[in-house]
Amino acid sequence: MPKASGLLLDHTMQTVLSVGIDALAYGMVLFVISIGLSVTMGLMRVVNLAHGAFAMIGGYIASYATQMLGFDYGVAILVAVVGTIIIAIPVERFLYRRIYGAPELTQVLMTIGITFCVIGIANYVFGPTLKTIPLPETLRGPVDLGFRSIAAHKLFAIACGVAVAAALWYLIERTSFGVKLRASVDNAAMAASLGVRTRIVYAVSFAVAVGLAAFGGIVGAELLPIEPYYALRYMVTFLVVVSVGGAGSIPGALLACLLLGAIDTTGRYLLPEYGEFFFYLAVIAIVCVFPRGLLGRSR
Amino acid sequence: MKTSILAALAVLALSSTAFADTIKVGVVGPFSGPFAIQGKNFKAGIDAWMALNGAKVGDDDIEIVYRDLPAADPAQSKALAQELVVKEGVQYLAGFYFTPDAMAVTPLLEQANVPLVVMNAATSAIVTKSPLVVRTSFTTWQTSAPMAKVAKERGVKKVITVVSDYGPGVDSENAFKTTFTAEGGEVVDSIRMPLSTNDFSPIMQRVKDSGADAVFAFLPSGPTTLGFVKAYNENGLAKAGVQFLAPGDLTQESDLPALGDAAAGLLTTFHYAVSHDSAENKTFVEAARKAIGNPAELSFPSVGAYDGMHVIYKMIEATSGKQDAQKAVDAVKGLAWESPRGPVSIDAESRHITQNIYLREVAKAEDGSYYNKEIATFEKQGDPGLAALK
Repeated sequence: MPKASGLLLDHTMQTVLSVGIDALAYGMVLFVISIGLSVTMGLMRVVNLAHGAFAMIGGYIASYATQMLGFDYGVAILVAVVGTIIIAIPVERFLYRRIYGAPELTQVLMTIGITFCVIGIANYVFGPTLKTIPLPETLRGPVDLGFRSIAAHKLFAIACGVAVAAALWYLIERTSFGVKLRASVDNAAMAASLGVRTRIVYAVSFAVAVGLAAFGGIVGAELLPIEPYYALRYMVTFLVVVSVGGAGSIPGALLACLLLGAIDTTGRYLLPEYGEFFFYLAVIAIVCVFPRGLLGRSR
Repeated sequence: MKTSILAALAVLALSSTAFADTIKVGVVGPFSGPFAIQGKNFKAGIDAWMALNGAKVGDDDIEIVYRDLPAADPAQSKALAQELVVKEGVQYLAGFYFTPDAMAVTPLLEQANVPLVVMNAATSAIVTKSPLVVRTSFTTWQTSAPMAKVAKERGVKKVITVVSDYGPGVDSENAFKTTFTAEGGEVVDSIRMPLSTNDFSPIMQRVKDSGADAVFAFLPSGPTTLGFVKAYNENGLAKAGVQFLAPGDLTQESDLPALGDAAAGLLTTFHYAVSHDSAENKTFVEAARKAIGNPAELSFPSVGAYDGMHVIYKMIEATSGKQDAQKAVDAVKGLAWESPRGPVSIDAESRHITQNIYLREVAKAEDGSYYNKEIATFEKQGDPGLAALK
C-alpha cells in the first residue's frame, strides 16, 4: 500500500507531483533514445536491432572525449554524434544497403549480428567496466523546484526531448527533404522516376537516425550507464516504445514514452515488488487495441 | 546415459593415481559476457597465487583448466563440471560466481570423488548441499549482518530496506532485518525492486516518504549500482540526512571510478578491500594487478580465488596428490592462515570461511581516485545465515 495514503493531503499532492515529474523525465529520456529507431523502422522499414549499439558507440565516444581528451560536454556531444555517423557510413554502405526492403527476418539477423560485433569490439577496446560521461557544473547536482529537488540533467533531458521532437516533426512534415523521404518510403520506384535520388535520401535518413541514437545514448547515460552490454540490455525497451507509439510516428513515440514512463514510474512507486508487470500489461493492452501502435499509419 | 556417466566417473576415480604427476584443477566462472570482469578477477587471483607460490606441490605439477559460464545457467554448469571431471580428469573443482551454478554441481561431487572450492557464490545454503564443499569467499548474510550493528551504534532507529528482488537481495534484506530488530531497531518498510530497474527516483521518493533515518540497500555490482547511488544523491536524500548503508557489493573497486563523487562517504561492510593495509595484501595486490593488466579492474572475487588456491594446495599436500576428496576436505577443516583480507580460518563444521568483516567508507585518495577505506573491524565473523537456515 502507498505510504502516502495515511498522511496529510498536501503531502499526498506533493508526492503525486513528485512522481509525475519523475515520470515525465523518464519518459523523455526514453523518447530521446528511442526516436531514432522509430525513424528507421517506420520510415525506412528496417528492423534495426543495432540501434542500441549505435547509442552505445555515441556514449563511448562522448565518454572518451570528455575523460581522456578533456573536451567540454557540449563539444563532446557534437563529436560523439558526428563520430557515430562517420562510423555508421561504411556500415550503411556495405551492410544496411543490402537489407533495405528485405524480409524482416533477414534484417533482424543482420542487425543482431552487427550488435554482437559491436559488443565484442567495445568489450575489447574499452573493457567491461562502466563508463561515465562527466556532466558540466551546471547540469550536476539537484535543482530545487520548491516542492522537491530534481537532478538538473533530468531537466536537460526533458528539454532535449522537446527539442528533438519539434525538430524532427519540422524536418519530416515541413521541409522538401521530408516530402522526398515520405515519397521514397511510400513508393521508392515512383519517387525515383520523379527524380528523387532515393539512395541519398535513405543514406541521409539513416545518418539522422544514427545521430539521434548517439545523442540519446549520451543524454540518457545517467539513467542507462554505458557498458558493453548496453546494446542488448535496453533493446526490448526501445522496441516496445516504437511498437506502442506506432513506427515512424513522432507524436506517437512521444505519447508512448510519456504514457509508459508514467505507468512504469507510478508502478515502481506504489508496488515495486510487481516489477515491470504493469508496464508490460499496458503494452499488451495497447497493442491489442491499436495493433499498429497509438498513432501508427496503416499501410 | 546416466549409468554411462557413473561408470566413467567410477573408472576415473579408480584410475586417478595415473594422473598424479599433473594435478588438474577445473575452474568454472564467467570469463566472457556481462560478468567477464568477475571471471577476470578469478583468474587474476589464481595467477597471483601461482606466481607467488609456484605451479608445483611437492613433485606434482598443478594445471588449471578454465571453463567459461557467462551467466547463471545451472544446467550448463553441471555439464561443464561433468566434462571437466570425465574428459579432463580434474581432481578439484573451483570457481563458481553464481549460487545456482554451484548448487547444480554439488550432487556430482561424491560420485566423482572431487572437492568443490567455491570462490564466490554467496548463498549460505551451498555448503550444506554436500560435505565436499569448502567456501573461501563470503556470504551475503555474513557481510550484511554487521551493518545492522553499525546502524545501531550510529544512533539510527528507523531503517527502510531496498533490495533487488532475487536470491542475494532477499538474503541481504533478511540478514539486516533479523540483526537490526534483534538490536532493538525498527525496519519501517522493505522494498524489493526488479533487477531490471533503471530509474530509481520513485524508489527514492518512497524512501523519503517512509521517514526512515537510513536506507539499507543491496543491488548486484554493475550498471544498476551507478543509477541507484546517483538517484540517492540527486533526490536530496544525502542532504536530508538519510544515511546510506549497504554491503560492499555496491562499492566494489572496479565500479568506483564510474561512481566517482556520488560514492564519497558511503558506508559499506565487506570482507575485503583492495586497500587493506597489511604486508600480505601488498604482495597480493602487486601480483594480482600484474595478472589482471588494468589495476582499476581488481576487486573482491580475486581474493576468494587466491584463498581458494591456498586451500587447494593444502588439500593436495595432505593427500600427496592422490585423489581422495573426503581426506582432502578433512585436511583443511579448521585450517587457519593470514589471507590478504586479514586472519581467516575454515570453520570445521560448516566448511565456510570465518573472517573479519570491515566497515568501510568511500574516501578520496591523494591522486583523486576513490577507494574503500576500512574504519572499523568486526573480528572472526562466521556465517549467521547458516543458523537462520535451521
